Amino acid sequence: MASIPHKNHLALIVSCLVVAASSAALGWLRTPRQYRTDPPIMSALEHYRLMPNKISGAPPEVYFAIGKPYELTAYDMSQGKRLYSWFGCASCHGDGRGANGPSFIDGWWIYGPSMVSIVASIHDGRPHGMPSFSDKMTIDEIWQLAGYVKALGAYSPSLSAPQRNDEKHTRPAENRGPAAILFEQGPTDKNVNRGPSP
Amino acid sequence: MVLTGALSGCSGVQSVFNAQGEASTHLRSLIFSIVGVCTLVWFLVVLMMFAALIRRRSAEGAHDGEGGKRRITIAISAALAATVVIITGFTIASFLTTRSIGDGEQADVTIEVHAHQWWWQFIYLNTDGSQGFVTANELHIPVGKKVRLILKADDVIHSFWVPSLAGKQDLIPGRPNSLVLDAGKPGVFRGQCAEFCGLQHSHMSFFVVVDTGADFVKWQDVQRSDAPGSAAADALAGKAIFMEKPCAACHAIRGTEARGIAGPDLTHVGSRRTIGAGLLENTRGSLAAWIADPQTLKPGNNMPNVPLTSDELLRVSAYLESLK
Repeated sequence: MASIPHKNHLALIVSCLVVAASSAALGWLRTPRQYRTDPPIMSALEHYRLMPNKISGAPPEVYFAIGKPYELTAYDMSQGKRLYSWFGCASCHGDGRGANGPSFIDGWWIYGPSMVSIVASIHDGRPHGMPSFSDKMTIDEIWQLAGYVKALGAYSPSLSAPQRNDEKHTRPAENRGPAAILFEQGPTDKNVNRGPSP
Repeated sequence: MVLTGALSGCSGVQSVFNAQGEASTHLRSLIFSIVGVCTLVWFLVVLMMFAALIRRRSAEGAHDGEGGKRRITIAISAALAATVVIITGFTIASFLTTRSIGDGEQADVTIEVHAHQWWWQFIYLNTDGSQGFVTANELHIPVGKKVRLILKADDVIHSFWVPSLAGKQDLIPGRPNSLVLDAGKPGVFRGQCAEFCGLQHSHMSFFVVVDTGADFVKWQDVQRSDAPGSAAADALAGKAIFMEKPCAACHAIRGTEARGIAGPDLTHVGSRRTIGAGLLENTRGSLAAWIADPQTLKPGNNMPNVPLTSDELLRVSAYLESLK
C-alpha cells in the first residue's frame, strides 16, 4: 500500500469522525437532570385527581408542563430505584415479583397501571396493608418511586433505564419490560376490584 | 515566589508533607528519597550534557580509534547499569514501605467505614465485634493507638484518603478493604474521597480528629449515649416537627422514634464541626440553610427539599443544634 491514503480510505476516516462527533453531540444533548424541583411545582404535584373508584385519574397539569420526567428520564428512575430499597418496598413486594404484597410484574394491576394510581397508592396507602408514605417521603420522591414501579411493570421495553443492580439479577432488567416476560395469565379473576387487564 | 506559593499548601490540615501518622511518615520518606535521587540524576545528566557542549572538539578522528570506542562503550554500560540499580532500588524500597503499612491484626479500635454518595458513615465496633455506635463525616481516633478501618462502599467505588495519616485505600462495593491509622500526635486532619464517585465527589470530605486517650474516652461516652433532651421550647417544638415530617424516615436519632437508615445518623449532629460532608461549618444558620435547600447547596445529593414554613425551619434547626 502507498503511504498516501486512498480516496476511499479518506472517506472512511471522515465518516468515522462525523459519527464520533455526532454521538458526542448526542451524549451532550442527553436529557438534562433536574435535581431541584421548584417548590411551586412540588406543591402542584400533590394535586392529582383520582376517579371515584380510586383507580386511575388525571395527573396535575404541571406534570405535562415539565415533560413527564418521572416516567421518561433515567435519572429519576434511578432515584426511584434507590427509594425502592431505602423505604423498604422490597420487604413486601420483593424484587418486584411480590411476597406479602402484590407483584408488579405478573401482568395484574389491582388499581391499574397509570402513574396517578401508583402515586396515589404510595401517597395515601391502600386497603389490606399498603401504608401511606405521605409523611415519610416528599412528593417528588413519591413521583420518582412511582415512575420506577411503573417501569418495573411495563409490558414494552423502554429506552431509558435505571442503574443496573450490583447484586445478582433475580428478574429481567427494568428496561426490558419484565412484565411482558414474566406475564402470568393466572386463574380466572376473583378480585372484582381489579383494574383493566392488559 | 513560585516555590513559596507552591509549598504554602504543604503545611495544612490535608497534606502529604504534614505527615503525622506512622504510614504517612514512611510514605513521605519514600517520596523524599525518590525525588532526591531523581534530582541528583537529573543534575548529573545536565552536567554531562553541558560538558559535552562546551568541550572543544579534539583533533579529527579522535573517536575513530580503538581507545575512543572502548571509552564510549564503558560510559554507556556504566550509565545503563546505574539506571538498572537505581530503579531496582526504588522498586524494593517502595515494596518494603507499602508492605510494612496496613498491618493491623492487633488493632486497639476497629471502625467500619461506609462510603455513600456523597458522605461517610462511621460505625464504631465494640471489642467483641458487635456494633457500638454510628456517626457521620467526623472520625475520632485515639492518639498512638492502632486503629483498624474496615472500608466498605454501598453504591460506587470511593477512596478513603487522609494524606496526613495514611495512603489512599479504595472502598469497593462487595469487597471490604482494610486500612490502619496510627496517629503520632493530637490534631485535626482533613480527609477527602480520592476516587471520582459522581456529581458531588468534591464535596465528600471529612475530618479526622486525633484525641488524647482521655478525650477519646470522653467523646466515645457521649457518642454512645442517646440524644440529649433539651428543655428549650424551640428545640422541643423542632423535635416534634422532625418526627412528623419526612426527616425521620431517612435519619436516625437514637432515643427517639427516628430510625431512618438512608441518611446520616444525627444523634449528636450538634457536636460535629461541619455538615453536608465538609460542605458548611456547623452553625444553626447553616443547618437551617441546608435543610431549606439542600439541592441548591449540593446539587444531586440524596436529601430532598422538604417543604417547611420559616417557623418550622427555625425550630428544626434549633433542635438539631441542641443535639450535642
